[in-house]
Amino acid sequence: MMNYNELTCHELKEMIDNQEITSEEIINSVFDRIDEVESKINAYISLFRDSALEVAKEIDKRIKRGETVGKLAGIPIAVKDVISTKGMPTTCGSKMLENYIPPFDATVITRIKEEGGIVIGKTNMDEFAMGSSTENSFFGCSRNPWALDRVPGGSSGGSAAALAADETVLALGSDTGGSVRCPASFCSVVGLKPTYGLVSRYGLVAYANSLEQIGPMTKDVTDCALLLSVISGNDPHDGTSAPFRKKNYMNALVDDIKGIKLGVPVEFFGEGTEKSVEKCVWDAIHKLEDLGASYHEVSMPHIVYSIPTYYIIAMSEASSNLARFDGVRYGYRAEKSGADWNEVFGITRQKGFGTEVKRRIILGTFALSAGYYDKYYLKALKIRTLIKQDFENALSKNLALIAPTMPTLPFKIGEKIENPLSMYMCDIDTVPINLAGLPSISIPCGFVNNLPVGMQIIGRLFDEETILRIAYTYEQNTSHHKEKPKI
Amino acid sequence: MAKYKTISQEQIEHVAWLARIELTENEKRVFTGQLNEILDYFKKIDEIDTSKIKPTFHVIDLVNVMREDKVVPSLSRKDALKNTPQKEDSYIKAPKIL
Repeated sequence: MMNYNELTCHELKEMIDNQEITSEEIINSVFDRIDEVESKINAYISLFRDSALEVAKEIDKRIKRGETVGKLAGIPIAVKDVISTKGMPTTCGSKMLENYIPPFDATVITRIKEEGGIVIGKTNMDEFAMGSSTENSFFGCSRNPWALDRVPGGSSGGSAAALAADETVLALGSDTGGSVRCPASFCSVVGLKPTYGLVSRYGLVAYANSLEQIGPMTKDVTDCALLLSVISGNDPHDGTSAPFRKKNYMNALVDDIKGIKLGVPVEFFGEGTEKSVEKCVWDAIHKLEDLGASYHEVSMPHIVYSIPTYYIIAMSEASSNLARFDGVRYGYRAEKSGADWNEVFGITRQKGFGTEVKRRIILGTFALSAGYYDKYYLKALKIRTLIKQDFENALSKNLALIAPTMPTLPFKIGEKIENPLSMYMCDIDTVPINLAGLPSISIPCGFVNNLPVGMQIIGRLFDEETILRIAYTYEQNTSHHKEKPKI
Repeated sequence: MAKYKTISQEQIEHVAWLARIELTENEKRVFTGQLNEILDYFKKIDEIDTSKIKPTFHVIDLVNVMREDKVVPSLSRKDALKNTPQKEDSYIKAPKIL
């Protein structure tokens, strides 16, 4: 049997539409691969082989009858376990929700199902999306398929690892401070964080709700445009959802960037960035120049404050968003005979949350508390304005900005986990974009000693078309995305 | 290591109480060191003058997004209680308050 699990969605779609293959064959191919490598990768928290095959067979019947089926009909998709799937476990990588089964689908899931996409499993992640390595998962760390002793990135590490290992065809992640782009870069796949408000957050378990978006994670830019077209667009269930109807991002896939002006923000390079990563990204920038674009260095002076600004805001919002986990209405509940409500809350949250989550809730509570609110939270919101303005200036003269996605190559498991601040510093290139709400895509741009490097293409608000076009042009003229790891 | 303490162990215990997380003795000790190191780095934000800058609460300009006040179907009580750890009839059993 041909390895259908190794193909992209658009390649498989053509074969399904021509009735050359069935969805059942694709699902079986993916699950055979999962059986083969999952014990080494640990990409998944839950798998749904039986229900996936049931849906696949139903779609195959409809295709045979000549019925019109959706844009994703018959295609398997892995979903980060922070996104609600009705009737299927949604743990957020946490003991707190280990047995939680949502009674509703997130809007992105409803839309995927409407187009015939098949959810095959829920992927591993840093607990409540807090982390950059997937080491903070209650279910153990996922491994980078390119080097099993290294992290796949986080917090959507499971989704990226599953794609790189061909344990799925499509995937979803979520990105609050880089959680789609970081693992995409570390695993050599495509990951896009949409403009804030483009994709509905209804059903996304909230960590920092002024910063986060669900994003497509795929094997190439074409699949990314396709999945984005399905999940994006206004949703009345989400009050922060932008008032735009759905767009067809496939029209953005044009192999032409002649005359496009690209900005290269100097603060994303230099100190703190590994030399080999810098070289890789600069080679990519020169390739874009060969393809007809021009680049200009720009300065964004407030970027240097991004990490504290992001973390103060994110931790503050997290302390509020995670207050709902008290063991009463859902989730884990610790038992202590004779305990009153404060004691039950206290031990439930002590035992149910992992260390990083507790750290962030405490820092966030501190930053919002009386006497400290102005000094930390309000101050961070003002610096956020300055960072947003830096981007507006840079993007007024350039259509997009190019930068590394990560300052380092994928690091070893255990290397940074004991020092929280060293882990936070991994996010220097990704958090500024969440603060400004802009769209950004990470695509593979090379390898150093067989370890992946990703390039970030940052666009203007709601201009996903431009970043997809640049990404597509680069991809069509290079072959990094065709490389596969030997597991 | 922190240069000097921004937050004491007592303050961390107080904040943990506000957040209703009962920290172990070990956690109190370890967090005091780690949180001070993190807050020490966060001090960077004091470098810039933001006295004339407005805060950004939301990146896109949406205000008061409401729907029509019409009754529509919602989650059934049975579904809403499916994940409740302790319940009786159609009630959620809460821990002792008094």
